[in-house]
Amino acid sequence: MDNSVSPQNNLVSVQNLSFSRGNKKIFDDISLEFERGKITAIMGPSGTGKTTLLKLIGGQLFPEQGTIIVDGNNVHRLRRSELYDLRKRMGMLFQSGALLTDMSVFDNVAFPLREHTHLPESMIRTLVLMKLQAVGLRGARNLMPNELSGGMARRIALARAIALDPMMIMYDEPFTGQDPISKGALVHLIKSLNTILGLTSIMVSHDVQETAAIADYIYVISEGKIVGQGTPKEIEQSDSDWVQQFMTGAADGPAHFHYPAKDYVDDLLSTGRRY
Amino acid sequence: MIELLQQLGKNTRTGFTKLGRGTFFLLQTIAGILSVLPRPRLLLNQMYSVGVLSFLIITISGLFVGMVLGLQGYYILSDFGAEETLGVMVAASLVRELGPVVSALLFAGRAGSALTAEIGLMKATEQLSGMEMMAVDPIKRIISPRFLAGLLSMPLLAALFSAVGIIGGQMVGSGMLGVDEGAYWSQMQANLDFQDDIVNGVIKSIVFGFVASWIALFEGYDAIPTSEGVSRATTRTVVNSAFSILGLDFILTALMFGDN
Amino acid sequence: MQHTNTQDTLVGLFVASGIAGLFFLALQVSNLSSFTEHDSYTVTARFENSGGLKVKSPVSSAGVKIGQVSSITFDPKTYESVVKLSIDKQYNTLPDDTTASVFTAGLLGEQYVNLEAGGSEEYLKDGGKIEITQSAIILEKAIGQFLFKSAEEKK
Repeated sequence: MDNSVSPQNNLVSVQNLSFSRGNKKIFDDISLEFERGKITAIMGPSGTGKTTLLKLIGGQLFPEQGTIIVDGNNVHRLRRSELYDLRKRMGMLFQSGALLTDMSVFDNVAFPLREHTHLPESMIRTLVLMKLQAVGLRGARNLMPNELSGGMARRIALARAIALDPMMIMYDEPFTGQDPISKGALVHLIKSLNTILGLTSIMVSHDVQETAAIADYIYVISEGKIVGQGTPKEIEQSDSDWVQQFMTGAADGPAHFHYPAKDYVDDLLSTGRRY
Repeated sequence: MIELLQQLGKNTRTGFTKLGRGTFFLLQTIAGILSVLPRPRLLLNQMYSVGVLSFLIITISGLFVGMVLGLQGYYILSDFGAEETLGVMVAASLVRELGPVVSALLFAGRAGSALTAEIGLMKATEQLSGMEMMAVDPIKRIISPRFLAGLLSMPLLAALFSAVGIIGGQMVGSGMLGVDEGAYWSQMQANLDFQDDIVNGVIKSIVFGFVASWIALFEGYDAIPTSEGVSRATTRTVVNSAFSILGLDFILTALMFGDN
Repeated sequence: MQHTNTQDTLVGLFVASGIAGLFFLALQVSNLSSFTEHDSYTVTARFENSGGLKVKSPVSSAGVKIGQVSSITFDPKTYESVVKLSIDKQYNTLPDDTTASVFTAGLLGEQYVNLEAGGSEEYLKDGGKIEITQSAIILEKAIGQFLFKSAEEKK
């Protein structure tokens, strides 16, 4: 474990966070630190509320308990205008890309620039082409979002997320549903953007290999608790059964294959009731 | 029995909660109009999809409704030898009632359902959420321009509906059935009042445009972000708009024409 | 950006036709065009009974509409109905001995004020008075009188 991290070096700090949806406790008093300029990954099976965590950091959801500090600001204590100013410095890459379907690729990337700056159109054009070049899709600028493949849409969304030169980017499942080539392209892109632009990256993922390849630090979450944390190497060598199951992809283990139910034989033999 | 009452209580409570959310949403939307004004391009794009795309259905329906009124009115009025007042009948029913009401119902079906589906799908595909994370308020950027466009388009559409209908009634009345054309127009002019009839009709259509746009946008914004949720929200838009328009029409009519 | 141009044109056409529709309703369908305040003058006529006359009922002469009723009040001293008529400025040559009567257009039609010109050389001015008036014919009264008369004749 890397204990040399001083708090000042952390761009985002999640302290004693609890959050539940309905009766299900999604986070149970967890604390996470995200170091500046590093790629920190949060891993865990689907449905553990990883996307929820990103929305909490972005101030779209309110926690039941705990605080989230982003660049010295308590996200949920900010006034609305302050929160919006903070968000201008945060990029977020949604799983679906979340491109605006009624405008072209070019206009999508130009969208944050046009909304938040009064730059002349010629300068916006230069900036947009630079961002598109960075993700390798300058040639696709006139396409509409419905003409893009999933991987292309995600890269365009990434170009849009870095349009305002943010201090950090949150990636929501960047590799899910991608073919190996697109995955490779995204891994390369995330890594190089992080080094070139000096971004801080928070990545939520359950793709073990890709994440382990680029992350500097990994948290593994299950059932609202942190079950393992460390550098990719430390995680691989973890002696926690749970982490091992997740990293190797075994079907059964501490995380059960079956959704909680009553005894199988009893269930089959009980008749006369519909449920 | 107790279960039934519990269910009723629960439904009432969800109903009030939704009304509360809707009111809050409406206030935000109205406040957001201020930020639309310096950006007429946003409004223009929405005037296109809300107004221009409803133009055809409104004018064609208006023409047919006017023609039917001309025909039916003639049959009834000629029994009393009062065919000359056909213009009054056609114009009064269109300007006071049918113009605002029918065009608002068509508007809810054509533009309202499209708005709900659009907003609902934007929500389902995380576009609204994405906008928020880009520090762009989706209410100001997406909802308010559409609301304003609905509010401005509705009276124009209703006026078109009535105007085309009156011409349709004249085409049938004096073109086919032989009512004197001069009598058609002059009786109309003598009996319809600008303040009482035309202005009240326009006020009605503004109220209907307000309510229909509000319902359509809120149902979309409040939709459960799945394909089923969006399709249900679209249905609710049409049903709730129809109820609200007809109910409000009764209230407005009682207020406006009551003391005559 | 090509498509926005046609879109703008269509929105322009839509707004223009909507406003044209409103103007059509205002001018062609309603009575807005008939009379406006600034080019009319007012004269007063006192009727024993103004019947179903209303504000904005037409005022006509020889079958042509020349103005409208602007107010109807009751005079508690003379027990008369005081009707103010606003008449279009271009008809400023009505003699001051003009007769005003309340007529009904057709059997079921609305009531209007009919002005019948007299022979005087003096013209009615703004604020002038019409001295000779004939009250509204109340249908029930007329029928009653008719029945009464025919009963008497039969005797």
